[in-house]
Amino acid sequence: MIRRILTRLATSVLVLWGAVTVSFTALHLTPGNVVDVLIGSNIVTPEVRAQIIRDYGLDEPLLTQYATYLGRVLRGDLGQSYQLHESVATAIGAQIGPSLQLAGASLLVAIVVSTTLAILTARRKPWIRGLSSSLELIGVSIPTFWTAILLLTVFSFQLGWFPAVGAEGLAGLVLPVIAVALPITTMLTQMMREGLELTLEQPFVLTARTRGMSDLGVRLRHALRHVLIPTVTLIGWLVGLTVGAMVAVEQIFSRQGIGQLTLAAVGGKDLPVVMGVVLLTAVLYVVVNIVIDLLYLLIDPRLRSAS
Amino acid sequence: MSAPVVEVTDLHVSFPAVEAVRGVSLAVYPGECVAIVGESGSGKSVTARTLLGLTGEEATVTAGRLAIEGVDAASFSERQWRSIRGRRVGYVLQDALVSLDSLRPVGKEIAETLKLHRAVPRHEIPRKVIDLLTEVGVPEPEARARQYPHELSGGLRQRALIASAIACGPKLLIADEPTTALDVTVQAQILRLLAERKRAGQALLLISHDLAVVAKLADRILVMKDGVVVEDGTASQVLGAPEHPYTKALLAAIPEPSTRAPRAGEVVIRADGLVKTFGKRTAVDDVSFELRAGQTLGVVGESGSGKTTTARLVLGLLQPDRGSVEIDGLPWTGLSRERQRELRRHIQVIYQDPLSSFDPRFSVRRILDEALEVGGEPRKTRLKRAVELLEQVGLDDSVLERRPLKLSGGQRQRVAIARALAPRPRVIVCDEPVSALDVSIQAQVLDLLVGLQAELGVAYLFISHHLGVVHHVSDHVLVLKDGQVVESGAANQVLTAPSAAYTQELLAAVPRLDTNVSLARRAS
Repeated sequence: MIRRILTRLATSVLVLWGAVTVSFTALHLTPGNVVDVLIGSNIVTPEVRAQIIRDYGLDEPLLTQYATYLGRVLRGDLGQSYQLHESVATAIGAQIGPSLQLAGASLLVAIVVSTTLAILTARRKPWIRGLSSSLELIGVSIPTFWTAILLLTVFSFQLGWFPAVGAEGLAGLVLPVIAVALPITTMLTQMMREGLELTLEQPFVLTARTRGMSDLGVRLRHALRHVLIPTVTLIGWLVGLTVGAMVAVEQIFSRQGIGQLTLAAVGGKDLPVVMGVVLLTAVLYVVVNIVIDLLYLLIDPRLRSAS
Repeated sequence: MSAPVVEVTDLHVSFPAVEAVRGVSLAVYPGECVAIVGESGSGKSVTARTLLGLTGEEATVTAGRLAIEGVDAASFSERQWRSIRGRRVGYVLQDALVSLDSLRPVGKEIAETLKLHRAVPRHEIPRKVIDLLTEVGVPEPEARARQYPHELSGGLRQRALIASAIACGPKLLIADEPTTALDVTVQAQILRLLAERKRAGQALLLISHDLAVVAKLADRILVMKDGVVVEDGTASQVLGAPEHPYTKALLAAIPEPSTRAPRAGEVVIRADGLVKTFGKRTAVDDVSFELRAGQTLGVVGESGSGKTTTARLVLGLLQPDRGSVEIDGLPWTGLSRERQRELRRHIQVIYQDPLSSFDPRFSVRRILDEALEVGGEPRKTRLKRAVELLEQVGLDDSVLERRPLKLSGGQRQRVAIARALAPRPRVIVCDEPVSALDVSIQAQVLDLLVGLQAELGVAYLFISHHLGVVHHVSDHVLVLKDGQVVESGAANQVLTAPSAAYTQELLAAVPRLDTNVSLARRAS
């Protein structure tokens, strides 16, 4: 078990190292002088240019540059954004709060709603399942940006129930969370219902019923846990989807956040920020996957004894 | 006599497509064991589940009388049924590996019954669980209660399942095929445990497809076929003097020892000193044998004895660590894959569950066509050969276009046999070929195998945990335990007068009908 966790951590370090290397390579493969690439569309004084050359070690051989870059990333120094006039770490730090808030709330809502729906609709009368699965199909099919615009038009502009702009308070979170959570919820519901239906066919479910347990009790106490492994796997995937969806949603609701930061950086060719976001995403990916692997062990005792 | 624990008269259960139970009446008294015997689809399990109100939403249940401990249960609500389940009526399903929740320790499963019915105060539950495990004969109950089903042996799992069913002291215990997935010695232990319960005054309703299993335990036997009780009487009446032709057929289908004289053919398989280890475990340890043309070598042993590994070594699917296999005097072990492929058609295999060894999208025609192609049959004559093969296994060309799912279990196994015969093999490895079949189908398939051997001179390596079946078809027998050969010799010798203690133990564990029953069978 310890060995398994250590292997897992070692491969995670490998993934992060890969991400750093890729972003370093991207920097040097971008056409044009590296200093110009780093500065982007800004105009800077010769002193700043000299400072950049010193910071990145651009007058040294490539291998030394790589080593310098690795060392800086390890110390948490992601470089300087010359457009925002602040360090990349500060810029990301300022924006990550609202993004985490939105992503966390969306995932939470998605998990709670889909679990409830799946438990209520699995192995029920055909019309209940039919209704639920056609709604899910619609939910998966609608692009997130369109949901966001629709919600904004109806609930902010026409009805005036929620603010159209900004991230302040709970009211500002409602519509963006719905927009981000909708596709995740529908995908999770479909998968969990299918998993529950398979599990409810298992003999141990009949055994639990013969002990006098109610149908709902069996679903909650026995069947649900059997569906958790594929659910957790899917949630791991959906975290990536959420990051993508946030770019559009933050833009449409004019929310602060990593999505907005990335969009501005890409638009303004602010490469240090783009590289910082790439590393952040890699870290997120690694953390989520480690958590998922540990959850597997927690959920299924058979995996514990196998490792 | 005291009042019956359960009483049902004129029970009918129908589902939208089929009337599963038609007019069944039964009563079980304290300290009595009633057995319902029948094949799959006979309605025996549906009848049992009616006594718990668990026939499902789609079922319509009507009965003249349905009473549990004298209380009329015909119009019970779901809530009332729930208070009956586990408390008044306990239910034990077959194959505890899937009948216990694999993600929870068995102690929690047993505690569940106690919690649901608030049978004992909360703080006493752990102690009660230990008591129950002790009662069903589980050693080291404290440690076992914390273990998960996959960490326990089949016998211990089945005991834990029984403990969860009797936790609240129900007056009636229903056991639905409680020993079907178990090895013979373990099966004997579970039957002994059920007999103890009966002696302690428990009313027992036993559901089984196997008359031999219920023979020891049952006071009364009901034989069901197509939803109807065709015979109902005391155990000695039903087993000793059966009246209905179906009961007679069931009794006749129990495999009997063969009295065939071994015919001498040339050696087609010679295995010499086979050893195979997986990690630290030695699965097969110095196994040697010879198999001659036209003969059957039965390989007997419990799960984990190395039967299947031996089969895989002979098939060349595994490489032995030491030792060798020869086919027709030619070396087989250690050949290159290309060379093995050329010889492979000489040795074919039939599995327990043919469904999973067929591509579900292939029709029977395509399944046979593929096998014939491998056997080198020219394209032009393949269809003709396929029809011939089907006739050999007792099917006709009407099944050619059907897919495996649309065939019955017996038909599927016949197609599997036809496929194995297609490349005209010298040897067929039969790995538990009839274990998944109902008894009467099982007898037909065994007779088919014996007939084909007489006709074609093919040799069988016949692997089974069922000693009766092995005795029925084998010329020689190899008894395996923990990967080693504990005894080998002529089938009649080994299976009637065994010399090894382990073989004696295996034989003693086999459920048997007593002698007068065997006589009655022979007479019928």
